[in-house]
Amino acid sequence: MARVLVLGGGVSGHTAATFAAKWLGTDHEVVVVTPNSNWNWIPSNIWVGVGQMTKDEVVFELDPVYKKAGITYKQAKAVSLNPEGSTQSDKPFVTIEYTGQGRTGETEEVTYDYVINATGPKLNFAATEGLGDANGLGEHTVSVCTAEHAVHANEELEKCIEKMRNGERQKFLVGTGHGMCTCQGAAFEYIFNIEHELKKAGVREMADMKWISNESFLGDFGMGGLHMKVGGYVVSSKLFSESLFAERNVDWVIGAHVNKVESGKVSYELLDGSTGEESFDFAMLIPPFAGVGMKAYAKDGSDITDTVFAPNGFMKVDANYNAGSYENWKASDWPSTYQNPTYKNMFACGIAFAPPHIISKPMSSPNGTPINPTPPRTGMPSGIIGKAVAHSICDLILKGEGTDLHRASMAEMGAACVASAGKGVFTGTAAAMTVYPVVPDFEKYPGTGRDTEYTFGEIGLAGHWIKHILHFMFIHKAKLKPGWTLIPE
Amino acid sequence: MDKKEIPEELNFQKSEQMNLTMIPGKFARAMRTNIIWQFIRFVIINIKMLIVVSKSH
Repeated sequence: MARVLVLGGGVSGHTAATFAAKWLGTDHEVVVVTPNSNWNWIPSNIWVGVGQMTKDEVVFELDPVYKKAGITYKQAKAVSLNPEGSTQSDKPFVTIEYTGQGRTGETEEVTYDYVINATGPKLNFAATEGLGDANGLGEHTVSVCTAEHAVHANEELEKCIEKMRNGERQKFLVGTGHGMCTCQGAAFEYIFNIEHELKKAGVREMADMKWISNESFLGDFGMGGLHMKVGGYVVSSKLFSESLFAERNVDWVIGAHVNKVESGKVSYELLDGSTGEESFDFAMLIPPFAGVGMKAYAKDGSDITDTVFAPNGFMKVDANYNAGSYENWKASDWPSTYQNPTYKNMFACGIAFAPPHIISKPMSSPNGTPINPTPPRTGMPSGIIGKAVAHSICDLILKGEGTDLHRASMAEMGAACVASAGKGVFTGTAAAMTVYPVVPDFEKYPGTGRDTEYTFGEIGLAGHWIKHILHFMFIHKAKLKPGWTLIPE
Repeated sequence: MDKKEIPEELNFQKSEQMNLTMIPGKFARAMRTNIIWQFIRFVIINIKMLIVVSKSH
């Protein structure tokens, strides 16, 4: 009997674990280690953050789902990895520390035959002074990164709406809280959902709204932007995004590295090296992501963290980490099997794998401060990668070591993304977009780096319907309800 | 002199950067929430997305 150990129960880890359990059956064991007792459909946190959904609508308990799937579930966080085992045993293991199940604080060594690192990111609030600290979100801003954060964000939003009803102007600042952030899409959705709710509440005229982001142009989204066909033209996402902001009278500051957050004020440095300050009454700033900080040790106990993980804490996989400068970057730099080059029974998926480099053009201020979005590895690519990794491991177990691994390069896969701009069955809108491929391939598509037959975007009520249907579909799938395997990632 | 104020065009003057982009007119905005048109777009967008999803698996 082989044991597959999955670290993390987010979109990628949950997908990998559930498919591995289905394909391996009862002859082998799948173990999931995740510090959370609930699964969260993160894209709908936006609606919790504006009071249009409750926390209970976007989370569910993992325990009964894993029981149904025959998966061993340990509510714990992974602390360290021993891919060579220890002096007592050759069996590789992961040291975990329980966060629940009545064993909080206890540690355990969980052995494995194959391990999937799907730990997701550490929300690195501490990277920006005042944004937060090692314990998480600070006191000056709100977040929609978790369901709990989103509930708090909505409470603060309601206070602002009440003040506006009483005649007090409020300033809303939404965007990224550091020069190296990703997930601009979540902030993009949140600012437009706030704007939509303020209109519904009849207080939009009392609000000043501003976007602040590390993108060098609006619509970069960490993917270097995209070009899409609209009305017979091929246009940049810059024009598409700027139009959405101008239409809603939301001003913007871009190329900004937020370096300090205080009560009612952020300080930032821009790409041209100048500095500035922006006041706010309500601010939602996405933190940068980092690896969860797992350590790795060799058989003799020596620290091999640098061998297994990149400096940002994400796990090294089959990517080209020596691509050099931007001019030399190629689509083929991106990983396809997500297998660790040193330890072949280790894989990483979702946010946990170390990308070879960013996708957007690298930028820094004259002071040397890097200000550019880091690559998005969430949503559809995250699920597809998780499934491909599970498939590879199942083949290795069932067919033997010589089998070919399954491939899912972000430079060869597309992604569908639906960004809400306001909720409502007849009044809601969302930007429905697809990109193909996610990582532009300028050798294959010399013009835009992508196939414009399959890269498009438009905003409307249809997009909102799709986003709302996806909410129910993906929760149905994650709960392993009838037909769950038929729903694509 | 008669003043011809078009509400959707007022934002062009809100900032220099807003002045340099495009803002949809009344018709384009209305179509975004027109049930019949959006139902048609719903079908088309779903087909397009399914093609991208199928090419990615």
